[in-house]
Amino acid sequence: MAKKATLMREYAKGLWDENPVLISLLGLCPTLAVTNSAINGIAMGLATTFVVVSSSVIISSIRKVIPHQVRIASYIVVIATFVTVADRFLAAFTPEISKALGPYVPLIVVNCLILGRQEAFSSKNSPGRSFLDALGMGTGFLLVLFVLGAIRELLGSGSILNFTILGDWFMPWMVMILPPGAFLTLGLLIGLSNWINERRAEA
Amino acid sequence: MNTSAKMILVLTLITMISGGVLSSWDGYTAPKIEQYRLEQLRQAVGDVLPAHEDYEKVEADGMTFYVGKEGAATVGIAFLAIGNGFQGEIRMMVGMRPDFSEITGLSVLEQVETPGLGTKIVTDPSNKENPDWFTDQFKGLVPQPKIEALKNQAPQNDNEIQAITGATISSKAVVDILNSAIEQARKKYNSTKEQVS
Repeated sequence: MAKKATLMREYAKGLWDENPVLISLLGLCPTLAVTNSAINGIAMGLATTFVVVSSSVIISSIRKVIPHQVRIASYIVVIATFVTVADRFLAAFTPEISKALGPYVPLIVVNCLILGRQEAFSSKNSPGRSFLDALGMGTGFLLVLFVLGAIRELLGSGSILNFTILGDWFMPWMVMILPPGAFLTLGLLIGLSNWINERRAEA
Repeated sequence: MNTSAKMILVLTLITMISGGVLSSWDGYTAPKIEQYRLEQLRQAVGDVLPAHEDYEKVEADGMTFYVGKEGAATVGIAFLAIGNGFQGEIRMMVGMRPDFSEITGLSVLEQVETPGLGTKIVTDPSNKENPDWFTDQFKGLVPQPKIEALKNQAPQNDNEIQAITGATISSKAVVDILNSAIEQARKKYNSTKEQVS
């Protein structure tokens, strides 16, 4: 039973307690850049999850043969391979989303969330655990990007996932889909999560 | 095995596998990406030219023209107009009468203008009746002596369009790119015709 609980924990820690965006503040560049609509947030979250999960499993399985001196180079090659696979996949099957995300898909390579997980977790743990850890981190990243994108799209365009929510009376807040809206929303979200954590610590 | 040899071996192996994976994946996706690009092009040409049966590609002096044919007659000429917008490159497909006297249509292919403001050059969701009002203005426009963008007033003449409120720079960029592209296209296309005849 104890073993099972810790495996669950391996996954769940990425959702809140060690959330890559809200707690570790990793991968903020794509977080801020692509979340002007909910669908972009989801696409970026899924692409990143795919890359972090595949890289973690591969790197964790070959962790014992990689010499310590060239580990970072090896991680980058593996990560870059999966990023390119994801990028070509989006371009071939969802060209519109690929266009909207622009250069931010190739830039997943340098997302410190991914390299961070390899260095901190996959290089020391079994493939199974690395898979759960990466999946949790990816899901946490995806959730934050979706929430951020949904809030910005709702206030900036009056819709969520292109479904109009707020009617004609609503005057869109242009600033929300421009870069300042990303900083404002993310700041408030991090503040909210800190406030909740403090309340939980007191209780 | 000493460390250096192991380092070289492992890194070489990893990069080789990576290269293999990528080249086979590229072989699978590249045709799909190319097909999408062609479809986009075909659609854009169809949008900007008057009704035509087919079009043929004509290269002239480094510029590509898509010549719309109805039987043997040329009904229109489409070409790409590329230039700088407010933040980055704007790529547009322009359709014109065969004598370059009148624009038959305009379609914006790629742009990175400000979301919600400059992006109205593609579609304007705030205009419920006609979200494409900006590009529609170019239909039937006569670029003589050149196209002008007017601010806050309705166009009076055949060479004037109304700029987008809040996106004057993007509107002006579109007009400037068109003016220079049309000028170039006219010269280049006519020069090839003279050579042929």
